[in-house]
Amino acid sequence: MITRWCLLWLAFPAWADEGVFDQYRDLMGDDNPAIFVIDEGEEFWYQSQGPSGATLEACDLGLGAGVTRGAYAQFPRYFADTDRVMDIETRLIHCMETLQGRDRTVTAAKPYSLRGDFGTELEALVTWLAAESEGVVIAPEQGHLKERAMYALGEEIFFYRAGPHDFSCATCHEQSDKRIRLQQLPNLTDHHDAADAYGSWPAYRMSQGLVRTMGWRLQDCFRQQRWPGLTFGSEVSIALQTYMAVNAAGGIMTAPGLKR
Amino acid sequence: MAGRIKIRAQKKGEMTEVKALMRHPMETGMRKDQAGESIPAHFITDVAVLHGDQTVMQAHWGAAVSANPFLGVRFQGGQAGDAVRVVWTDNQGGTGEGETTIR
Repeated sequence: MITRWCLLWLAFPAWADEGVFDQYRDLMGDDNPAIFVIDEGEEFWYQSQGPSGATLEACDLGLGAGVTRGAYAQFPRYFADTDRVMDIETRLIHCMETLQGRDRTVTAAKPYSLRGDFGTELEALVTWLAAESEGVVIAPEQGHLKERAMYALGEEIFFYRAGPHDFSCATCHEQSDKRIRLQQLPNLTDHHDAADAYGSWPAYRMSQGLVRTMGWRLQDCFRQQRWPGLTFGSEVSIALQTYMAVNAAGGIMTAPGLKR
Repeated sequence: MAGRIKIRAQKKGEMTEVKALMRHPMETGMRKDQAGESIPAHFITDVAVLHGDQTVMQAHWGAAVSANPFLGVRFQGGQAGDAVRVVWTDNQGGTGEGETTIR
């Protein structure tokens, strides 16, 4: 027992809290409540919906129609059919519109759970698709000019200081081994930290009893910076995801994660 | 979506270890939604673990238990292949049930 404690301590020298939290994760083992959300997402994928009564099975997530395995790990990417770089969340909204005939003002109206909700369709689908990429190497496409432009824009926004506190994303996320209160802050300009952070979303947040997606996490970052609300599926959101994904490239997808 | 239980039961020496993860919002009744309206209480009130027909654990739960609760129980007398069930009822009359066999 003493030996195990020492090992844990060595593994997490800087943050006692992370060590304790890691123990918690060990105790939970495979029992991440996200497994329910994965199942629900898979059911949504095969469920006929909308005016067309179609499923999402023909949805092209970049690897061909209906290919789900490993698709998440290559987002955000350029799609010729929309002539846009899309993240997985906007791509799913696109598929709901084109395949199922569902109105995007409805499907994108409330992408993330509010207080009292027990998960949304989009959250479930993204969670299942992330699980379909578990263990896959993070490899966002950067071949197309628009994809590289998206990365450049993301980098610019990452370092852009604004708002009443003159914050930028970099204020919290460009130095290593820092924490805010007891939360360890990943250095998103560093490959290893970026890979750990990016690869672990979507994640089950115990404090909220919900799985949250990367799109939600960015909205919350904007709220924490006291910036204007980040619009779902906006260029800014996709640019920042591209910046993180490319910095994380080569890392392994471990999502859905389990977070405080 | 509520009602699902992921359950595992494994024999470890004399004891059988049961691990159950339940899908439930466990609303306390004290929270308000974005519009300021109260979110109705919705939580599990009774949980039982059964080995065959025999109840090996029974518990009364309340609003203090987390969303998607995780239950770990150990009991004596289980044999590999025996059925283990976890059942719950909540304050709105909902029920959930999960079954597995001891490994």
